[in-house]
Amino acid sequence: MSEKRATADPLGSLADPLGGFPGESAASGRAPGRAAGRSRAGDDPAAPDPSNLACPAPIPERARVLLGHGSGGQLSAALMRDVIGPALASASAGGPLNDAAVVDVAGTRLAFTTDSFVVSPLVFPGGDIGELAVNGTVNDLAMMGAQPLALSLAYVIEEGLPIEELRLVTESVARAAVRAGVRVVTGDTKVVGRGAADGLFVNTAGIGLVSAGVAVAADRAVAGDAVVLSGSIGLHGIAIMSVREGLSFEVEIASDTQPLNALVAAIVAACPDVRVLRDPTRGGLASALNEIAAASGVGIELREETIPIPGPVRAACEMLGLDPLHVANEGKLVAIVPAASVEAVLAAMRTIPEGADAVEIGRAVADHPGMVTMRTIVGSQRIVDMLVGEQLPRIC
Amino acid sequence: MKYIDEYRNPEIAHKLVDEIHRITTRPWSLMEVCGGQTHTLVKQGIDEALPAGVRMIHGPGCPVCVTPLEQIDKALAIAARPDVIFTSYGDMLRVPGSATDLLSLKARGADVRIVYSPLDAVRIAAANPDRQVVFFAIGFETTAPANAMAVWQARRLELDNFTVLVSHVLVPPAMTAILESPTNQVQAFLAAGHVCAVMGWTEYEPIAERYHVPIVVTGFEPLDLLEGILMAIRQLEEGRATVENQYARAVKREGNRQAQETVFRVFDIGERAWRGIGMIPASGYHLRPEFAKFDAETRFEVGDIHTQEHPACIAGQILQGTKTPLDCAAYGTLCSPQKPLGAPMVSAEGVCSAYHAAGRGLASPTAFPLYELARPER
Amino acid sequence: MCLGIPGKVVEIREDGPLRMARVDFGGVRQEACLAYVPEVVVGDYVIIHVGFAISQLDEAEALRTLELLRMIDPEGMALELGPTTEPATAVEGSGAPPASQGTAA
Repeated sequence: MSEKRATADPLGSLADPLGGFPGESAASGRAPGRAAGRSRAGDDPAAPDPSNLACPAPIPERARVLLGHGSGGQLSAALMRDVIGPALASASAGGPLNDAAVVDVAGTRLAFTTDSFVVSPLVFPGGDIGELAVNGTVNDLAMMGAQPLALSLAYVIEEGLPIEELRLVTESVARAAVRAGVRVVTGDTKVVGRGAADGLFVNTAGIGLVSAGVAVAADRAVAGDAVVLSGSIGLHGIAIMSVREGLSFEVEIASDTQPLNALVAAIVAACPDVRVLRDPTRGGLASALNEIAAASGVGIELREETIPIPGPVRAACEMLGLDPLHVANEGKLVAIVPAASVEAVLAAMRTIPEGADAVEIGRAVADHPGMVTMRTIVGSQRIVDMLVGEQLPRIC
Repeated sequence: MKYIDEYRNPEIAHKLVDEIHRITTRPWSLMEVCGGQTHTLVKQGIDEALPAGVRMIHGPGCPVCVTPLEQIDKALAIAARPDVIFTSYGDMLRVPGSATDLLSLKARGADVRIVYSPLDAVRIAAANPDRQVVFFAIGFETTAPANAMAVWQARRLELDNFTVLVSHVLVPPAMTAILESPTNQVQAFLAAGHVCAVMGWTEYEPIAERYHVPIVVTGFEPLDLLEGILMAIRQLEEGRATVENQYARAVKREGNRQAQETVFRVFDIGERAWRGIGMIPASGYHLRPEFAKFDAETRFEVGDIHTQEHPACIAGQILQGTKTPLDCAAYGTLCSPQKPLGAPMVSAEGVCSAYHAAGRGLASPTAFPLYELARPER
Repeated sequence: MCLGIPGKVVEIREDGPLRMARVDFGGVRQEACLAYVPEVVVGDYVIIHVGFAISQLDEAEALRTLELLRMIDPEGMALELGPTTEPATAVEGSGAPPASQGTAA
């Protein structure tokens, strides 16, 4: 080894421990996965012993639900397709998976949706779970081309949650509902023991009115249609990650959570024949487009340079080894419209604040149905895959 | 981002591709030994833009993939213990052991946590004195300085509840093992840029000379890879065999002396088993005896591990570069990123996952023209 | 190896036993340990891997590499030297590293 010693010994002298830990989050001192851990450890006294295996083949986790099943990617799709869908078959209406369902009530078409919000921490840059819940539900209705009418609000509260937090979240719900022009008309509250909920779980249901002549569905895209994105991607997911324990970093990124019903109204007015609307939440833009391509039986081709990704989002993704196309968004939508209407649609979107940065990012094509591809900046063509499970940061 | 975006310039990329085509007069086989480089090559379609006779063989450059199954099974056995907080880089969470993986264990209640830096694991240990904290210290030489510092800090803080499960591997012995193999086809190497940022490139000079193979220290962005490939092919065409440095902005010949010193204070070199390749002498780091109390393998008796590779998984041959995922009967069918049989499919850096994410060799109703390097529009 | 990202040192803390810094990556900031790059000062660029700076980025070299890359002109080469040519040993703008860097031929 080298004879030369460094001028400063990197290993320092005995002093305080490591010093201020970066970005220690005041919001949540909980370890990731603790909620799951608490309820399970009691059930299962004999912890699994991998050294005792008999079967030579590795057993993919089939018996238990994983976090990845909730992340909006391939595992989620598989859970729907292989477990939930078949089990519900006798009671369900069938058809492609949409953000909401349309129920015909004596000639009036009502859109109906439900959603649960389990985000942790409850408060994050740009919003909180209350705002997220209202906007998420309003947007699910809007993605059916429906104008939202009313919401329900149900809380599952973990014992020990500070009452002030509950009040703040609820006030947030109210503000968001007023902004979106909906009423919260019914609700429910339950409290569960410590460890059984991550502070607060929120469930909502929403109803909306689908205008005559509007038939938005995941399977309606046809080859030649234009793919439009309402604005920059990656903001919500990165904002959440920036305060997640173990991955703390500072970034001037706030969640983009916002209601999109006004934007959808503008799109529908400019193009009543809008084919598909989708808000790329969990699983990101890639997962949403893959679902649409599969449901519609078309291919989708994107151009990388047209996709707006804010600098700090790109930087955070580089750092963590994430693909921005897989990062969740909470205030953006993808619209698939006939090519002839794309200019009118873009113009209409850009008059609304939530659509100011709307841009065309690609086309539906007849080639490679079900697959999404992208022409990269370097000029090559690559496949844009769906997220598999949970998005994990990597070092390699 | 500064010092990243500039190395993604499409016009320069095309010129580099053209120049590679211009100078190549015969077939060549090159190997990169870095999962990050493999990923970029496949994702950007760079390997398919090269002249027909130039083949990129993907080497064992993914520390996740080469971590022996036995080591993973040990990690799983430790993580399953209720008194343990098991910390790891995200990469390892989905890697299948013989029976399960860390994510599944987490689903069953094990306290498994992702950390970004090994210092985070030390902090967790300091904050949880009543629990045992174990850190899965994997990686090549690039990660060794960080992992070493964690151990050093733990000792300085007199933590008695912190241990590391070490699975460090070294690049030069792997290259030598490949070159010594009777089935070797590699004629030139791209050396991993960040490994060399730490270690320098002096260790590669005797290899280049002894085996007469050009070795080019290469970065990770598309332009870096193209330039590295160009430099390697130029050497091959000219019959030269030396070590050159494409990644001059980050790598110096002597590497990072500071980092090397720390690594050698904490670790010494010993043999290591490489998944799919076997035992390679002097190819890994082990904790020095004076740090034995921080060795998870000592603190937790993890004997009685029955390790079994899936019979269909040909990770070994993939890692040696003698087969590609397209040669594997399980690829895309039995084995996919959702239900991987082996590490190269689950690791973001693994060859199989790179191929799968790029759609190569997957059944598709319509033939899809992958990787035509389109001209930039004027 | 992989995931080493260049970032700019914007603040340095020398108060603890480890020299820590705040590093800016195009708008995202994170803590990193500078123990292995003692000569680095605020304003310098470093390569960060798992929260540690493993190398200082040599900005002059970075610019040099880009300059050389920009000068590559395969069409010009083909015209001058003919299409199926012996690669010349001293090719202008070829991106070969400077001799001082190492054992380049």
